[in-house]
Amino acid sequence: MNNPAEPMLADPLTTPLEDLDVSDPKRFEHDCWQPLFKRLREESPVHFQAESPAGPFWSITRFDDIVEIEKNTEIFSSEPSIAIVDPPPERRSRMFIAMDQPEHDVQRRAVQPVVAPKNLQEFEALIRKRTGAALDALPEGETFDWVELVSRNLTTQMLATLFDFPWDIRHKLSDWSDAVTSDERMTAGQGLKQEDRLEIIMEILEVFTGLWHERVGDEVESFDLIRLLQRDENTANMVDDPMNYIGNLILLIVGGNDTTRNSMSGGVLFLNDFPEEFARVKADRSLIPSMVSEIIRFQTPLSHMRRTVTRDTEFRGQHMKAGDKVILWYCSANRDESVIPEPETFQIDRSGVRNHAAFGFGIHRCMGNRLAEMQLRIVWEEALKRFSDIRMVEPPTRLCHNFVRGFSRLPVQVTRY
Amino acid sequence: MPVIKFIEFDGTEHEVDADAGMSIMEVAMKYDVPGIDADCGGGAVCGTCHCFIEESAGPLPAVDPQEESMLGLRPDREENSRLSCQLQVSDSMGDMTIKLPEFQM
Repeated sequence: MNNPAEPMLADPLTTPLEDLDVSDPKRFEHDCWQPLFKRLREESPVHFQAESPAGPFWSITRFDDIVEIEKNTEIFSSEPSIAIVDPPPERRSRMFIAMDQPEHDVQRRAVQPVVAPKNLQEFEALIRKRTGAALDALPEGETFDWVELVSRNLTTQMLATLFDFPWDIRHKLSDWSDAVTSDERMTAGQGLKQEDRLEIIMEILEVFTGLWHERVGDEVESFDLIRLLQRDENTANMVDDPMNYIGNLILLIVGGNDTTRNSMSGGVLFLNDFPEEFARVKADRSLIPSMVSEIIRFQTPLSHMRRTVTRDTEFRGQHMKAGDKVILWYCSANRDESVIPEPETFQIDRSGVRNHAAFGFGIHRCMGNRLAEMQLRIVWEEALKRFSDIRMVEPPTRLCHNFVRGFSRLPVQVTRY
Repeated sequence: MPVIKFIEFDGTEHEVDADAGMSIMEVAMKYDVPGIDADCGGGAVCGTCHCFIEESAGPLPAVDPQEESMLGLRPDREENSRLSCQLQVSDSMGDMTIKLPEFQM
């Protein structure tokens, strides 16, 4: 469903490709990005754009090409950044998603246990209880914002649990997540200025440095992310390298927050847009796990990841130079009709439903994917127990952003059984 | 036709005749053996078809760098860890016993 007021964006089908900005965040805000990406997949799947707010870049839009590039980590590096924009070199925080092997592996291994399914089982009952409480508290017979009261609320709680973060100030986690991804160069100028972002990053560092020192060396039995870093010999001194510590914190805060939040909202929209699928899952809740994968595909909460070419190379007949930015458009891969039949249809039990691009591929594949799936599964299991209907009463408001695909507002009404 | 015995983490055994030309992952999927997710469909790019080779009558192909990269990130990696999508069934490979991990991620 498009937002009512579409701006005057160049026609994606008749404008010469060289005159179109593939990264224009307004196409995502107004949910009219699909035709341009379909055209790119057909006409120019490895497409060079000479100018954009983030400088020149290549767009990769086919599913199989993205897999190919993600496997080739030697030529397609994750350093210095995995988003279309570059941080200024003197303020470059270092996060493992934006590192190559072997350093990436060492840091990822240290925090991975927290999201291992074995550990998640411990969390499941707690998440279910908190989810149920949040859903029970929703107003009936009046319109409310699903983003605020459900998606944001629940993902903030989860994140606070993972960090063992002080409960009364947990809202800071989602505020921070919003702020650090709000770069003016990815949001058509709507985001924060670099100086303001830096100020927030420094606040995050201060709070988490405090938490580190409170916890270091204690004997508390906990699998929170801070203690996991402290107790792994390879990352035990990370606090002494603030740019590395803050980088990984930002990664975990954003990775554990925006993505799941926006998929939680997206699900409501898709079930309203495809009411026959809504009816099917209401009648048969065993479809929920498969529906969760389909929601993640359809939402694709991060539209892209970026790689940087390490040495001159040829890819699909195109000459790429060392230093070139290569944008892997996951949103396009997830609508690639050569891999996903009828990709524009939301189909909760499609075959190969787990085989989507939203988590990426290779060594950087989303670390928290099982946690995200579990959170979404629990939300839908608990919601469908309680509500006979979750009705969208107005079109959602989407983010004007070319990296985070999501919603700032989704007005709904619920009906209880 | 080689016989493959899959043993789930809880000890449940599944013995199946493996079709030549398929990967071990595809065999597990075909016979609905639980414990293999195979999210990426066989490209060695997700790591969710991890298994442990307990016994193998014939030699297995070496682990290539891509498979090694993915296995290297598994918290439960062992000496005999493999991605089952990278092992093709052939008539010469002989029977195998394969243990499945507690979880895939």
